[in-house]
Amino acid sequence: MSDTHAESVAFVRETSLPPAAPPVAETGIVKWVRENLFATWANGLLTVASLYVIYLILRATMPWLFNGVWNASSLAECREILQGTTGGCFAVLTERWNQLLFGFTYPTELYWRPLVAFVLMFVALAPVLFFDLPRKLLIVTGLFPFIAYWLIWGGSIFVPVFVLVGFVVGYLVYVRFEKVSFAAGFFGGLAAAVVVWTVSGAITPSLENVLALEAVPSRDMGGYMLNMMLGVTCVSLSLPIGIALALGRQSSMPLIKWICVIFIEFVRGVPLITLLFVANVMLAYFFPPGSGVDLFLRVVIMITLFSSAYIAEVIRGGLAALPKGQYEAADSLGLDYPQAMRLIILPQALKISIPGIVNIAVGLFKDTTLVSVISMFDILGMIRGPILASTEWNGVYWELLGFACVVFFVVCYSISQYSQWLERRLATDHR
Amino acid sequence: MGRNNRPNNVADYQEEVTMNKSVLFGALTIAGLTAGAAMAGTMDDVKARGKLNCGVTTGLVGFAAPDANGEWKGFDVAVCRAVAAAVLGDATAVEFVPTTGKTRFTALASGEIDMLARNTTWTFSRDVDLKFDFVGVNYYDGQGFMVPKELGVSSAKDLDGATVCIQTGTTTELNLADFFRSNNINYEPVPIETNAEAQQQYLAGACDVYTTDASGLAATRATFENPDEHTLLPEIVSKEPLGPLVRHGDNEWGDVVRWTLNALITAEELGVSSANVGEMASNTNNPEVARLLGTEGTLGEMLGLDADAFKRAIETQGNYGEIFATTIGEETPIGLARGLNAQWTDGGLLYSPPFR
Amino acid sequence: MSTTTDPQGGTFRLSMLLNDTRYRSLTMQVIAAVVLALAIGYLYSNLVTNLRAAGLNISYAFLGNPAGYDINQTLIDYSSQSTNLRAAVVGILNTLLVAFLACVTATIFGVIAGVLRLSNNWLVSKLMAVYVEIFRNIPVLIWIVIIFTIMIAVLPGPRAFRGDDPESRMLLDLFAFTNRGVYIPGPYFTRGIGGEEGSILNWLMVIGVLIASLFATRAVTARANATQAATGVRPNTLWTNLAIWFVPLIALLFVLGLTWEVPALKGFNFSGGIKVGGPLIALWFALSIYTGAFIAENVRAGIQAVSKGQTEAAGALGLRPNRIMSLVVLPQALRVIIPPLISQYLNITKNSSLAIAVGYADITATLGGITLNQTGRAIECVLLLMLFYLVISLLISAFMNVYNNAMKLKER
Repeated sequence: MSDTHAESVAFVRETSLPPAAPPVAETGIVKWVRENLFATWANGLLTVASLYVIYLILRATMPWLFNGVWNASSLAECREILQGTTGGCFAVLTERWNQLLFGFTYPTELYWRPLVAFVLMFVALAPVLFFDLPRKLLIVTGLFPFIAYWLIWGGSIFVPVFVLVGFVVGYLVYVRFEKVSFAAGFFGGLAAAVVVWTVSGAITPSLENVLALEAVPSRDMGGYMLNMMLGVTCVSLSLPIGIALALGRQSSMPLIKWICVIFIEFVRGVPLITLLFVANVMLAYFFPPGSGVDLFLRVVIMITLFSSAYIAEVIRGGLAALPKGQYEAADSLGLDYPQAMRLIILPQALKISIPGIVNIAVGLFKDTTLVSVISMFDILGMIRGPILASTEWNGVYWELLGFACVVFFVVCYSISQYSQWLERRLATDHR
Repeated sequence: MGRNNRPNNVADYQEEVTMNKSVLFGALTIAGLTAGAAMAGTMDDVKARGKLNCGVTTGLVGFAAPDANGEWKGFDVAVCRAVAAAVLGDATAVEFVPTTGKTRFTALASGEIDMLARNTTWTFSRDVDLKFDFVGVNYYDGQGFMVPKELGVSSAKDLDGATVCIQTGTTTELNLADFFRSNNINYEPVPIETNAEAQQQYLAGACDVYTTDASGLAATRATFENPDEHTLLPEIVSKEPLGPLVRHGDNEWGDVVRWTLNALITAEELGVSSANVGEMASNTNNPEVARLLGTEGTLGEMLGLDADAFKRAIETQGNYGEIFATTIGEETPIGLARGLNAQWTDGGLLYSPPFR
Repeated sequence: MSTTTDPQGGTFRLSMLLNDTRYRSLTMQVIAAVVLALAIGYLYSNLVTNLRAAGLNISYAFLGNPAGYDINQTLIDYSSQSTNLRAAVVGILNTLLVAFLACVTATIFGVIAGVLRLSNNWLVSKLMAVYVEIFRNIPVLIWIVIIFTIMIAVLPGPRAFRGDDPESRMLLDLFAFTNRGVYIPGPYFTRGIGGEEGSILNWLMVIGVLIASLFATRAVTARANATQAATGVRPNTLWTNLAIWFVPLIALLFVLGLTWEVPALKGFNFSGGIKVGGPLIALWFALSIYTGAFIAENVRAGIQAVSKGQTEAAGALGLRPNRIMSLVVLPQALRVIIPPLISQYLNITKNSSLAIAVGYADITATLGGITLNQTGRAIECVLLLMLFYLVISLLISAFMNVYNNAMKLKER
């Protein structure tokens, strides 16, 4: 048979042909454009429409952006320089950047202090956000609140130091008594800390001027710094409260459960602005006369309560998502409730909840702009108040609002990108 | 000096309380539990604190606004500083608390501020129902209207159908409703929280008219790029006696603020000014001047201050006329005439009770 | 487990309160109750002391007093002589109005953006991604301010429409876009009941006719279904239905003499027609695009949650693409989309309280703003305000629970 083959077929190709180049319409950019932009008639129309929209946006913004004036002392001067051509008056940013970032009463020569605190914040946040970093960095995280407080508010260094000492003493007492029972450790630690604070409260006045930075009252804080401070403080304070509320809501003790449920549902049911009104016009009546709780502190209290209710709901979701076997496994090891929670349940539940918590944090950070409604001069309050009302810059809307948009977008977008990265990473851990 | 005659124990005690607050921060309760006594003695509080907490507007040029260096300047600010000078001996020992129409009364009632000097109109309900004490009038004002000249309006009665910007939470809002109702004309109110936003909306043409106290209008107009393009209508539709106020029930403190204000007014009447106050104190033959400046009698001590209290106030801030001239007078961009706010001897309404 | 804490003899020791599981939860709850009572008592006593010191009291009598101020947008009769309570009701209605409008448009924006984000068209899907990211990452208050600024600073004032050769003209001579709001033609009846002023009865009649038409078309459809079931041929009902919808309506409107009143410049402002105020537009539009971005994400997640096998199975059954969407994908996606959608509606309602930033007279601006300022009754006003929002939230959550129960997968 083999030879018949050779005879009957006149020619047999023994090498394969080199592959021909695909038709032009099926390769490279053309194919991509055809498939992704002009797949069907309707699709093509959509593409053209979108291109037109993009063109309109660019046509409106580009000359404004690139023909902008960066050096002028007033809007009138800007207009003079522009001579009728389109262009933004970004001079307002170069002239008022300090007010936008720090508010108009924070002493100029002290700007380095919040800046240092801002930089330190990244060092402190890094080990929390990225698990691969050495755990020792967590010490910085623990110290950060005290350093930041001292840097931003100034005053004697002994104020934050004594608060820190209180925490340390409390923790040591907790470790000592924890072996007896968690409750004894917790309340013992709390009592020890309160004792330290009370004692140190009595001696700090005598140390008022020792190692003191110039004190700045919180009334003088403003601009984007205020948004940052509110956001960071309230989110970190609301985390432990949120965990406690979530555990309370899952609790089998009806009284505790109902207290938590009522609190959470109440706070989630009202808009933040009404809570800020409470801080602004009502809360002062609930403090003892003359306690001097200033507006900043009152706002921190209300925003913290607000975000802790939302965080509690996220963590409750995390707790509910854990398989029941985890709870049973903890029981079968003979762990009591605090141990089971601390060692088995919470580490897993919190890990699942991190993306949700980050979303809440982003939302909360955006909501800090609401304080401008109650006459605090955050970045939006600065823009709408002193800057736009000044003789020089009356009417410079887009440059200022654009700046506010950019600073918020940068922060919120990076946080949400981080959250997505984390979600992907955690997802692999679980499979 | 005022610091010397403060009761030591109260001072220490108060200092401890304030420190506690900053130390504990989170553990407020402790500070609260030890605070206890308070509102009865505002003066003791102020002396112990070493600072006067004074409520002002969030920013109205000429009356109270921070300048480029963040330092508060203005007509109302001067009253705060005069009180601080009288009580604490230091005109700069003032903590200015910006308040809006909404927050001002709570801030005062809750003790966050010791006095409010925020062009606030003295009305029956504020005095009686809200339980405040107006200690006097530092500016006799009335509600006016500002319109762009190009509208060609010459009277407020021509404003039928106009859109009117108002600052909410002020008496002007109510006066406006009354005025238009009694004249049987319509309008559309645009309520706005702060003077700054009202100014922006008015300039953008979102409303035809801006109405508030005539002094405030003048002050606002002064900050415009082209003040000449706007005109104040002749009608003044209300009485707005503006004055500093304190909490009801603390009469000692009320007296201090009241007589500091009166001292500024009397000083102008008697020809005492910041320039000649030292000289006048040492050699005057007018017994009332001597009493005012503390070289004769014990008026300062009666108030719980020292003899030089009013002298210091006048020395640092000037008399009423000087304050008026440097902050809102005709020489300033705001350019207000004395008008009703002239001394009674010049046909105005300023009439301080005698220092006797 | 439980044996470890079984009673050892009958003796009760104090330590059992903490260590015995039978008593521990009771102990904890008692402690919690005591702490809570102490905290509330402490705050309450402070409140009482402070109020007494300030000489104030808690009283709601101010609600019955005349409000004394005017409101620029009212859905019910209101004048400065009306009571504070009525002013609050005006505010409530305005809140509900803007919340309703924003919910509708936010849903539309969100669904369009969400679907387009899944489009095969690269450009369109990227454009939608940019929209979603930009709007989600910038505070809603800034958006409200931006759109309000566009309203007041970019649109012309009514003055610009004046003169023989005005700077601005009305669109089609029917719509006027000014910096105080948008004026659109408004319908009114020349031969209606209740004379020139017009009466609500006219509109009730129109609504009645529409409802009657609805029932009539339903009957026609039911008959068509029955015929189809019996004979297999579906009679064409399109024209009948159209006739049922439009003939009576047009007849009624003709009888009543429906006319459109076109806004015209008169004095300082346009008058006639319907005015949609600038603050309302700013708030409405800002809430819509901001929440729309969130809804887009929900919609995208919902559609992606329907597994591809469902679409392929439906295709294998021979369904056409649009029927696949409407019969197979959407019903399943909706189950995922609607719960977060409702909580977005809740967010819109709560965010509408930011009206105060642009001077829209919602409940926060009337009761929580002007009434609070004018009466000085801060505590009472803020409490009432929170109560209102709480009631709305609870109603919406209750509705959501009912919906979730109805929609639960019925497993057999």
